[in-house]
Amino acid sequence: MKAAVVIFPGTNRDIDVIDALMTVGGEEPVLVWHQNTELPKTDLIVLPGGFSYGDYLRSGAMAARSPILKEITARAQTGVPILGICNGFQILTEAGLLPGVLMANRDLKFVCRDIHLKVERADTTFTRRYTEGQVIRVPVAHHDGNYFSDPYTLSRIEGEGQVAFRYCTREGHLDDSVNPNGSVNGIAGVYNESRNVLGLMPHPEDHVNHYQSCSDGRPLFESLIENLA
Amino acid sequence: MRARVHITLKSGVLDPQGKAIHNALKSLGFDNVHDVRQGKYLELDLSESNVEQAQASVEDMCTRLLANTVIEDYKIELEDD
Repeated sequence: MKAAVVIFPGTNRDIDVIDALMTVGGEEPVLVWHQNTELPKTDLIVLPGGFSYGDYLRSGAMAARSPILKEITARAQTGVPILGICNGFQILTEAGLLPGVLMANRDLKFVCRDIHLKVERADTTFTRRYTEGQVIRVPVAHHDGNYFSDPYTLSRIEGEGQVAFRYCTREGHLDDSVNPNGSVNGIAGVYNESRNVLGLMPHPEDHVNHYQSCSDGRPLFESLIENLA
Repeated sequence: MRARVHITLKSGVLDPQGKAIHNALKSLGFDNVHDVRQGKYLELDLSESNVEQAQASVEDMCTRLLANTVIEDYKIELEDD
């Protein structure tokens, strides 16, 4: 599997993603600069975390208007899997490739710790190596992770099964006390309608190797390898 | 022509910064504040002389970049230099 990793000024989780992809057996990813107008043909496009453009205006707002986003949007429409992590998720919502928006955390604090997630469905390109309802532990590190959408969009997302992950307790219960940022319905990640675009705030790429204390993020990358190899 | 753009969170959208500012005002003894909503203010210096064209252009800027209309409202004021 060959991936393109898109770099914006202020991206800082690119190395983590590249390491995760190569750990599970992917080829060395192609790095693509945000001002490029051409995107090499790859099986997967990843928008890693970071603070593109210093979060000016709104997180992801400037990056979402970069020249390369035109190509990414065109590729999304042809069904190429696109993964946006943290700032990558913010960029995808700002670009209109995913519904909703990520606002400042409810308590205005930067949250940086391990959290638990419930895998909502295990039948997508990204989650086949999980089981439905599985609880995984991955880290979050963000200030603007408070997922919000208008009630109409929210009921559509819920109705169409576009929720990918929800914050939950260690036992898998949905509880507002473990919601790290105030996201509506505890939403930590969403798909687009055709489920080839996934955005999530937590960092599965940082729980891939055993020396990272936990490897619950690994099946996400293994699912991609299995589907796209 | 100069455009002044005010961007505010829609009513009903949680504004934690506005809440924090409200609490700080209270702690300074300002008990007469019901609510605080925080927003952004931008000044654009335009090379337009036609008001309608300027209005249309700045609205386009607002919907495409300056505001995220999922959560934000915008208000445009135009002023001749």
